[in-house]
Amino acid sequence: MEISVTVNGRTYQHDVPPRLLLVHYLREQLNLTGAHVGCDTSQCGACVVHVNGQSVKSCTMLAVQADGCEVTTIEGLATDGTYHPMQQGFWEMHGLQCGFCTPGMIMSASALLQSNANPSEAEIRHALEGNLCRCTGYENIVRAVQYAAGQMQGQAQGNGQTAMHEQAKPETPETAAELEHPQREGGRPEEPETVEDWQSENAGVSDDAPAKPEARLNTGEGGL
Amino acid sequence: MATTDAPAKMFGQALKRREDPRLITGKGNYVDDIKLPGLLHAAILRAPYAHANINSINADAARALPGVVAVITGDEIAKEQNPLPCAWAAGGVDNNVNTPRALAVDTVRFTGEGVAMVVAESPYIAYDALDLIEVDYEPLDVVVDAEAATKEGAPQLHENAPNNIVMRWTCGKEQETTQAIDSAEVVVRQRIVNQRLLPTPMETRGYISRYDAATGEYTIWMSSQAPHVHRLLLTAFVLGIPENKMRCIAPDVGGGFGAKIFVYPEMAATLYAAKQVGQPVKWIETRRENYAATSHGRDHITDIEIAGTRDGTITGMRVHTYANLGAYLSTIAPGIPTTLYGRMLSGVYNIPAIFCEVHGVYTNTGMVDAYRGAGRPEATYVIERAMDMFADEIGIDPAEIRRKNFIQPQDFPFDTGLGMLPYDSGNYEPALDKALEAIGYQDFLKQQAEARQNGRLLGIGICSYVEVCGVAPSKWIGLTGEGWGAGLWESANVKVHLTGKVVVTTGSLPHGQGHETTFAQLVADELGVPYEDVLVEHSDTQGTPFGYGTYGSRSAAVGGTAIYKSVSKIKEKARRLAAHMLEAAEEDIVFEDGKAYVRGAPDAAKTIQEIALQASVAYDLPQGMEPFLDETTYYDPPNCTFPFGTHICTVEIDPDTGKVTPLRYVAVDDVGRVINPLIVNGQIHGGIAQGLAQALYEGAVYAENGQLLTGSLMDYAIPRADMVPHYELSRTETPSPVNPMGVKGAGEAGTIASAATVSNAVIDALSHLGIRHLDMPYSAEKVWRAIHGQ
Ligand code: FES
Ligand code: FES
Repeated sequence: MEISVTVNGRTYQHDVPPRLLLVHYLREQLNLTGAHVGCDTSQCGACVVHVNGQSVKSCTMLAVQADGCEVTTIEGLATDGTYHPMQQGFWEMHGLQCGFCTPGMIMSASALLQSNANPSEAEIRHALEGNLCRCTGYENIVRAVQYAAGQMQGQAQGNGQTAMHEQAKPETPETAAELEHPQREGGRPEEPETVEDWQSENAGVSDDAPAKPEARLNTGEGGL
Repeated sequence: MATTDAPAKMFGQALKRREDPRLITGKGNYVDDIKLPGLLHAAILRAPYAHANINSINADAARALPGVVAVITGDEIAKEQNPLPCAWAAGGVDNNVNTPRALAVDTVRFTGEGVAMVVAESPYIAYDALDLIEVDYEPLDVVVDAEAATKEGAPQLHENAPNNIVMRWTCGKEQETTQAIDSAEVVVRQRIVNQRLLPTPMETRGYISRYDAATGEYTIWMSSQAPHVHRLLLTAFVLGIPENKMRCIAPDVGGGFGAKIFVYPEMAATLYAAKQVGQPVKWIETRRENYAATSHGRDHITDIEIAGTRDGTITGMRVHTYANLGAYLSTIAPGIPTTLYGRMLSGVYNIPAIFCEVHGVYTNTGMVDAYRGAGRPEATYVIERAMDMFADEIGIDPAEIRRKNFIQPQDFPFDTGLGMLPYDSGNYEPALDKALEAIGYQDFLKQQAEARQNGRLLGIGICSYVEVCGVAPSKWIGLTGEGWGAGLWESANVKVHLTGKVVVTTGSLPHGQGHETTFAQLVADELGVPYEDVLVEHSDTQGTPFGYGTYGSRSAAVGGTAIYKSVSKIKEKARRLAAHMLEAAEEDIVFEDGKAYVRGAPDAAKTIQEIALQASVAYDLPQGMEPFLDETTYYDPPNCTFPFGTHICTVEIDPDTGKVTPLRYVAVDDVGRVINPLIVNGQIHGGIAQGLAQALYEGAVYAENGQLLTGSLMDYAIPRADMVPHYELSRTETPSPVNPMGVKGAGEAGTIASAATVSNAVIDALSHLGIRHLDMPYSAEKVWRAIHGQ
């Protein structure tokens, strides 16, 4: 069947078999391999993209259903060579390890902030229920989303402040040139840290204390 | 040299990862992302029965389907290939080794075993064709329980393994232990089950094989934790061809957790198919296949007896374990419930008499091999549950019984008497104290007592663990009856190019652990060059020196040390060359922060760039010196490393529903010196989540007829973001004396500790109801039944 889909701002026309899944269309036909396939039951969320601004599991949708739609994939999230704050947040907060779940996570999390600009930890965890990560234990993913929320609120207020997280150091946005040369990145932080600094900066037991004095329960139902 | 422009030390810094830019922009390169000219796609028909003879296979209709290029069966491949090898025949496994073939021949022994492979122009066509293959099966009796499989009259899987026994293996002191138990004031006995787990990396396995008929060379792209080992095993054992006729490449790998260490039938099947059809063949595992046919973890039935005095001194422990190894032996399966489990059973305690007996058993289930922690989580679960049960029996505080029996700091190196190498270093009490303080132990106990008055169920669980990391010493593992058919050293090459830029190639490779960042930190420091100037390359057998792979938290301690030693060699050569350049005696040259100078005259220093250029242009070298700064090391450490720590968590159980909610989770880990705290913490977070999930959610379930009931992500509960708590981490730091960096390893610590921690908390919440033990996972139903005495 003939379809016309706009993906990351570019319109494509293709004749596709009716049973072709959107994720395979993106990956095989358009070579956009950022959306991954992690399951066959629509459980893992590795394949999440935005369709007309909504986050969608692209393994659950047929390519023909995307006819006439606007699709954004992880490849289209950075604008003008600048990472989306959510991408930056995942990098800053070590929100990924193997990186396989990451594109889907970032797409789901960025959609969350569109509907809820300042989510609580419980709301973040709830919103990411449809995305599985086996590596991070979700700790740093939550922090990445908090970082992005802080950045985006700061941007919205036009003052660039980093409200959410003590450890989130404001950074100059990456340039396009740096985006092209990932090996050059991850360079020296502005203030070098030692193990001792790192530990004392995070005094007490927790290297990982949440920024907000929020309930520790995953359910947000309050602690003891 | 105290100049102000000395480069800042990278070691210990929380640098964000240089791997991430490609991964957060969707530019990662996983196996399924790779496309080759002429690429064909494979799908595998899998057995619907757990045990059956194959009478015949009719693939005519499948072959006739347009777009199908070939249908391949096991008989055909068996003419050219050997079965997969078992590389760690621990515990006296010998005559009864049974390993899988690329595709089943004559008999299938677990549901999901591969029976035929379709190669087609698209995956959609390949899957269509599977439906057209007719297989005539003759079902046989099935056994899935390891203990039941050893009983008379149980269905037999392999002729050479009577009673389905793979091995009977023992360690420790049998007589002393019997004596200690027989004469003890208190003995606690309990059967405990460590349920089977499905490792579940988010990227399933996948392989692309290509064969070049002109040269006879294979290339295989693989989602793998050990490409060099895979090349070795596939060439020397399965195909019987020279090792240099195969190139293995692991691109970005989407998680492994042990499950991608092993050689798998599908590797062999795609290699065969690629040669057969003369085009590259890609096979990407579906999640259902991943659950059925990628190796599983744990699955022990264990009887423990722990003995001691009324005041809490443990004097002896006897353990018997049935280890379910599945239908065939996976690559290192026999080593897990023996070397890595039995020998670690004493944990952090000085226990004078321990004896362990393990029966490895074949059953009609998927293969079981290493999964995160591999053997140590099972051992930790046994000893840490046992300590709690003993404490409960004599009415002593669980923290105190641990403190009382800890191996003391002055006792290191410590020989446990179980045949493990001596623990290298440790100081267990500070970690316990720090964790107790962080959780507010005494306050919690008060709250718990009050809560109980009001019918609320609160629990606190402690686990003090030790694990073995950096598993390597080849001599130990090879000569001491451990049955491992290979060394376990690691290698690294370091080159300083003439511009002063450094390229490190390492046999060790990451699947999410950030080697490119941490190894660069290490080299930048040691060589005194900018971090940005160090490039780390790995994962391709063609471009990197041999490595045994990334597992057992061995990359920093073994692979990292190989890099460190190569850099030391470079520094030594640079020092000699600088002496020549500065016309000074070698012994007067100092090499520091990337510069060499005559002691006391740092202003006339030669930089590493100048030295590298001189070494490269080579017209003025000292007599006999070879050009270029290029050094390789094959590093085999003298001992393993033994990280340790204490984890504590609190839980609340809803008495009306049985639902367990984790409240707080505190982890104090001692992983030796830390290269990058950001990465180490990330490893620990993920590890905790996996062990906590074993306690609360995960468990592979086979029906009696051998059907895997938890065969998809809809049935097998890996945790989601709202099912785990926030983790509170801290560290103590006891450097390892084994390697020059003092690192120990962190990848598995979280998992090793957390299942036992959460278990102890759940049982603690129920202990006043007279419950001493329940088996994981603590589903609401199971807990509710226990509360209500059902
Ligand atoms: S691939 Fe798992 S949800 Fe789409
Ligand atoms: S980073 Fe590996 S699955 Fe999330």
